[in-house]
Amino acid sequence: MASKKQREILLDPLFENNPITVQVLGICSALAVTVKLMPAVVMALSVMVVLGFSNVIISLIRNYIPMRIRIIVQLVVIASLVILVDLFLKAFAYDVSKQLSVFVGLIITNCIVMGRLEAFAMDNKPWASFLDGIGNGAGYGLILIIVAFFRELFGSGTLFNIKVIPDWFYQHGYMDNGMMLMPAMALITVGIIIWVQRSLMPGLTEKE
Amino acid sequence: MKFDRNSNIYTFIFTIILVSVVGILLASAYTFFKPFHENNIRQEKMTDLLYTIGLDKQKLAEVAKAKGLNLSYKLIEQYFEKYFVKQIALNEKGEEVEGIKAFDVDLKTEIKKPASEQVYPLFIAEKDGKTYYVIPLYGKGLWDDIWGYLALEPDLRTIAGVKFGHKGETPGLGAEITSKWFEDRFIGEKLFDEQGNFVGLDLVKNLEDKANKDDHKVDAISGSTLTCNGVEEMINERVKHYEVYFKKLKNQKNK
Repeated sequence: MASKKQREILLDPLFENNPITVQVLGICSALAVTVKLMPAVVMALSVMVVLGFSNVIISLIRNYIPMRIRIIVQLVVIASLVILVDLFLKAFAYDVSKQLSVFVGLIITNCIVMGRLEAFAMDNKPWASFLDGIGNGAGYGLILIIVAFFRELFGSGTLFNIKVIPDWFYQHGYMDNGMMLMPAMALITVGIIIWVQRSLMPGLTEKE
Repeated sequence: MKFDRNSNIYTFIFTIILVSVVGILLASAYTFFKPFHENNIRQEKMTDLLYTIGLDKQKLAEVAKAKGLNLSYKLIEQYFEKYFVKQIALNEKGEEVEGIKAFDVDLKTEIKKPASEQVYPLFIAEKDGKTYYVIPLYGKGLWDDIWGYLALEPDLRTIAGVKFGHKGETPGLGAEITSKWFEDRFIGEKLFDEQGNFVGLDLVKNLEDKANKDDHKVDAISGSTLTCNGVEEMINERVKHYEVYFKKLKNQKNK
């Protein structure tokens, strides 16, 4: 099915070239929507859809875009896709879309999206661009979900809003850590993930 | 035919085509999704209102299940029509304004008008032979708008239930005002004294001696002082306008 190169395009951004932990892009939204798992999952899917399709569209018209206004064209494409996703969520996943509030709209400013369009879709064929978009979206989503997992578990004692920490703990003095709900702890969690990843993949560490 | 991709004319034509395509696409998408959005918003309002008189979604779903139905938008609307027997709007003097349905009043725009020009919507519900009065609320939290509904018992003093909503309060702190444990703290508290004069609520942190506290005090959330202040202000500001009308109702009853 997919050639080796295509598989690389799809899977590379998940680990070796992860947009959040390696390229350190898209941090802003990663801090904001990772308080609970549900919004993080929806956000991850939204970014994947936007990234995949904007990559395809830009790749399809890449030979017709006037070079001088290419960034504007990219923005128009991203913004329209984001609006479509937002409308869709408001219609069919109203509760989640309320929790995500402005952050769906802010996918427009997510550096990953613009970065992939400019760096990849502008010089590659549509299918490869699609894989690249889905791969990067998934890499972003993966980190989002990991961070949200820990923040929701330790911050609220729930996962997907279902209580997982037994009452016994609370009766014996355990308390949810309110700090985990603050954006600062998301940054620290991301930092820990980067640390773990770099010690597992020595190739990523810069030589001194 | 070959175009010069860097010429001004090409750039103009490209932009015009792109913008028209995108414009048409988004406009039609918006029109397509609009009925779904409106249904969602209406449904949310109805579920919130039903919640204040003690009919939360779970209970409604159970009732529906007993009849072999799924809780759908239509069903929620049916329950709403069944329990909320009357919807009125009042002016500042406590008189009914003709021709306005409480459900259709947009408080967000209403509260910007001077107090004398506003209409004050009021929902009247009947459940198990008791009459509840539900007042919609709207105000400012820490970051953005907050709103809610407050149901009063037939004695017109005691809170039967509340439901809050917010646009962008801090998750885990201010946003907790929409949690059941916080909303339950309001049940049984009193907004008016025995003569029907408005007293209001006071949200206090670290309430000592919770068992013997004042009927007008509610335990606030630590760490979200400003949101709680917003809730307190919203309730006190909105409910006081109904004092005149409630006094009238009481006098009628006593006669």
